[in-house]
Amino acid sequence: MNVTVLQFPGTNCEFDTKYAFEHLEQRVTIVWHEEEMIPANTDLVVVPGGFSYGDYLRSGAIARFSPIMKAVKSYADNGGYVLGICNGFQILLESHLLPGAMKRNENLHFISKHQYLKVENNDNRFLRKCEVGERLNIPIAHAEGNYFIEEDGLKALYDNGQVLLTYCDREGNPENPNGSVANIAGICNKEKNVFGLMPHPERAMETILGSADGIRMLEGFLS
Amino acid sequence: MKAIVNVYLKEGVLDPQGKAVHHALGALGFEDVENVRVGKQIVLDIKADSMKAAEKEVEKMCETLLANTVIEDYSIEIVQ
Repeated sequence: MNVTVLQFPGTNCEFDTKYAFEHLEQRVTIVWHEEEMIPANTDLVVVPGGFSYGDYLRSGAIARFSPIMKAVKSYADNGGYVLGICNGFQILLESHLLPGAMKRNENLHFISKHQYLKVENNDNRFLRKCEVGERLNIPIAHAEGNYFIEEDGLKALYDNGQVLLTYCDREGNPENPNGSVANIAGICNKEKNVFGLMPHPERAMETILGSADGIRMLEGFLS
Repeated sequence: MKAIVNVYLKEGVLDPQGKAVHHALGALGFEDVENVRVGKQIVLDIKADSMKAAEKEVEKMCETLLANTVIEDYSIEIVQ
């Protein structure tokens, strides 16, 4: 599989993401945001974590207008798979490739810790290797992970099976580290080819790092 | 001329910064404060033929970039 990882000024997870997919024996290309084309034969575009444009104005608000994002939009419109992690998720929200918006964490802290997630839906490429109700141990690291969507939008997310991951504790009881609506940690679009989540699966690829649960998430994309 | 743009979280959208400031004011003894909203102000120096034209242009900027209208409201004031 050919994975294209985007890089904006301020991106800092591009090499972790590259490592993660290379760990799964895939080919990875890092593409600078001023490029106007997604490399041919790309099977998955990853918008990685970091602080694009220093998170000035709002996280992801300025990166949205980088030339490469126009290409990502048409790639996604044509059914291509796109995964946004953390700041990448924020960029996808600002780009309207995913519904809703991100606010600062309710407690205003930058949160950096391991967090359990509950798989809400595996009827999609991203989580097809996971079981519904399964708990995954994945690190989170963000100041703006407080996902918001108004009531009708939230209902539509549930009706269409777009809520993918919620925050929980080790036993699977709901937990909410940042104030997210309905404890949401990750969603996808209606067509199920664009995915966004705040946690970092690429940082959970080896047990020596505390968890290898990220492998099952990312290998869902492998054909 | 100058355009002064104020961006706030919409009414009904919980404002964590406002809540924290409200709490801090209460802790300092300012107990009469009923609610706090924290927003941001963006000041633009802008070339335009008229105040009306400037306002129209800044409105476009707000809708495109300066505010996220899913969660934020904005107001525009044009001054000479």
